[in-house]
Amino acid sequence: MNLLSAFAAGLLFGIGLIISGMADPGKVLGFLDVAGRWDPSLAFVMAGAIGVGFAAFRLAGRRARTFVGGALHLPQQRDIDPRLLAGAAVFGIGWGLAGFCPGPALVAFGAGFAEAAVFVAAMLLGMLVYVAAERLIHQPRRQRA
Amino acid sequence: MSIDWLHFTPWASLAGGVLIGLAAALLLLVNGRIAGISGIVGGLLVPRRADVAWRLAFVAGLFAAPLGMAAAGYTLMPRIDAGFGLLALAGLLVGVGTLYASGCTSGHGVCGLSRLSPRSLVATATFMAAGMLTVFVARHLA
Repeated sequence: MNLLSAFAAGLLFGIGLIISGMADPGKVLGFLDVAGRWDPSLAFVMAGAIGVGFAAFRLAGRRARTFVGGALHLPQQRDIDPRLLAGAAVFGIGWGLAGFCPGPALVAFGAGFAEAAVFVAAMLLGMLVYVAAERLIHQPRRQRA
Repeated sequence: MSIDWLHFTPWASLAGGVLIGLAAALLLLVNGRIAGISGIVGGLLVPRRADVAWRLAFVAGLFAAPLGMAAAGYTLMPRIDAGFGLLALAGLLVGVGTLYASGCTSGHGVCGLSRLSPRSLVATATFMAAGMLTVFVARHLA
C-alpha cells in the first residue's frame, strides 16, 4: 500500500512536471530570463502546486497520523542560517546554468536523454561529496591507540 | 523585459502544477513524507533499513512518467542547450547545494511554501534570485 502510493505519487509528480513544462530546461531558462523575453509560465506551476499543497498541509496539520495510520514526518528545522542561504545560492546557480533541477532531471533521464543522464550522475556525485564531507566534519576524531 | 507570448502556457502549467500538488498531497497524507526530490534521492545515499523502499518506489514513478505519457501519445521534447561539460558542472552544484540547503524546487518551493515555512520562503527566494542572476550573466553579459 505504502509502496504503491509512493510510486503513484512519483508518477503523478512526473506527469505534472511534463505537462507543466518544468521538464523542459528551455522553458525553465525562459522563466529565469527576466531581463529577456520572459516566459512567466512557471509561476502558474507554482500557483497550482501550492494551491493544492496548502490544503493538503492544512489537512495534515489537523491529524496526528497519516490516513493509513503511519507517522507524519514533517520538517523540524526552522532556522534561517548561512547553510540555507549558501546551499540555496549554489543550487540556484546550477539550476540557472542548465535549466535542470532534481525532479525534471530524473524525468528526462527516465525518458532516455543522455544530457539528463550526465546531469543526474553529476548531481549524485555532488550529493555524495556533501555526505562524505558532512561525515568527515561531524565524526568524532578517533582516539589514538 | 517583454513577455514571451509564443512559449507562454498558463493553462497547461497551472494544470501540471495542480498534478504536482496532488502528488505531494498523496505522499504526505498516505506515506507521511515530504515530496522533496533532492531529499528523497539524498536519503538513498545514506540508506537506512525500512526507509529505502518508498524512496525507490517514488523515483521509479518519476522514471515511469515519461513512458506513461509516451504511451498516451505525448512525447517529451526538452530543449537542452547546455553541453555535457556545463551539464556536469550544473549537476554538481545542484547536488551539493540542495543537500546543503536541505531542499530544492519541490521541497522548499512547493512543499515548504505550502506549509507557509519562512525558512523555505527564504530558500526559494534565494535560489530563484541566484538562478535569474546566473541566466542574466550567461545571456546578457557574457
